[in-house]
Amino acid sequence: MYVVIAGGGMVGYYLCRALLAEGHEVIVIERDRRRFQRGEDELGSVFMLGDGCEASVLAEAGVERADIFIAATDQDEDNLVACQVAKYRFNVPKTIARINNPRNERIFRQLGIDRTVSQVKHMLEDIEEQIPTHILARLFTLADVGLEIVELKVSADSPVVGRHVSELALPENSVLSLLLRSGEKPQVPASDVAIMPGDRIIAVTSPESEPALLELFSPKSPGSKNG
Amino acid sequence: MNIVIMGCGRTGAQLASSMDAAKHKVAVIDISTGSFARLPASFSGVALLGDGTDEEVLRKAGIEKADAFVAVTQSDNRNIMAAQIAKYVFHVPRVICRIYDPLRKDVYEALGLEAISPTTVFAELIKDQLEAEPQR
Repeated sequence: MYVVIAGGGMVGYYLCRALLAEGHEVIVIERDRRRFQRGEDELGSVFMLGDGCEASVLAEAGVERADIFIAATDQDEDNLVACQVAKYRFNVPKTIARINNPRNERIFRQLGIDRTVSQVKHMLEDIEEQIPTHILARLFTLADVGLEIVELKVSADSPVVGRHVSELALPENSVLSLLLRSGEKPQVPASDVAIMPGDRIIAVTSPESEPALLELFSPKSPGSKNG
Repeated sequence: MNIVIMGCGRTGAQLASSMDAAKHKVAVIDISTGSFARLPASFSGVALLGDGTDEEVLRKAGIEKADAFVAVTQSDNRNIMAAQIAKYVFHVPRVICRIYDPLRKDVYEALGLEAISPTTVFAELIKDQLEAEPQR
């Protein structure tokens, strides 16, 4: 595949090295002369000096035949513009933008960018996954269908303990897909399986239903009447 | 009308003060407090510190009720991004953005943004003036 990368900082540089190693054709566009020089010294003519947001520079890089365009600078607005020029002026089929502000994920999608990658979001998700008190952790977002894959941890005081899978009033668009129980093989949770403390359940849900799903698995506070 | 201006440089400050003087409701956003010194003492609008490409900052500036949004920071790409958020996320009826680079301006005009390139405007102006009969 032919991949064009705008931005030759650390992200662009390592991305380029990895893609070259996999046998892809790559060009990295970097506007800072020092960074460009370092890239050229180490990786050769795959580095090109110029502004990846400029149509003339993208034309020179042959972006009209690129399969994927990746904007990997450290500025969200530069990445947006570079991807849009690649997509709308040169019809690149797939554009990927690196973002800093996780809120830009939705905005960029609305503005036509095919995919965003947010380091901040990944780190937050990693942290959430590590913290045992978190009952629900988001593992993966299926943006194109508006669904997400989450992991639910069943604590000893969870109201679902002892209940059968079929008894649970799952919110809309939610499916329990996989049951992980220590010492057993991963299994699809059958309707007559009773949930046990320590179980981990991989579920599919929508962002709208996520709070209701979390509520279902959360221990009721001491004052609550519906225990 | 309600107008939100992003960027309180010379252009932004002058636009803010003249719209304010004409009794419009003005909010001006800038990432540096020092820029607000360009506003006259008589300015009665809102000066808001923050990043105009951030949805929350735009909301605070009243973008949801704005009739017009103008992006005039020093950075073409910031102007382009903010203008698109105003137009496509908040559906502001009138959005104008400054793009210095004439080529980039062409791309975004084709995509439906109302853009002004000072580079082209000034070059045309100077050309007209040079070609006009000198006044004695």
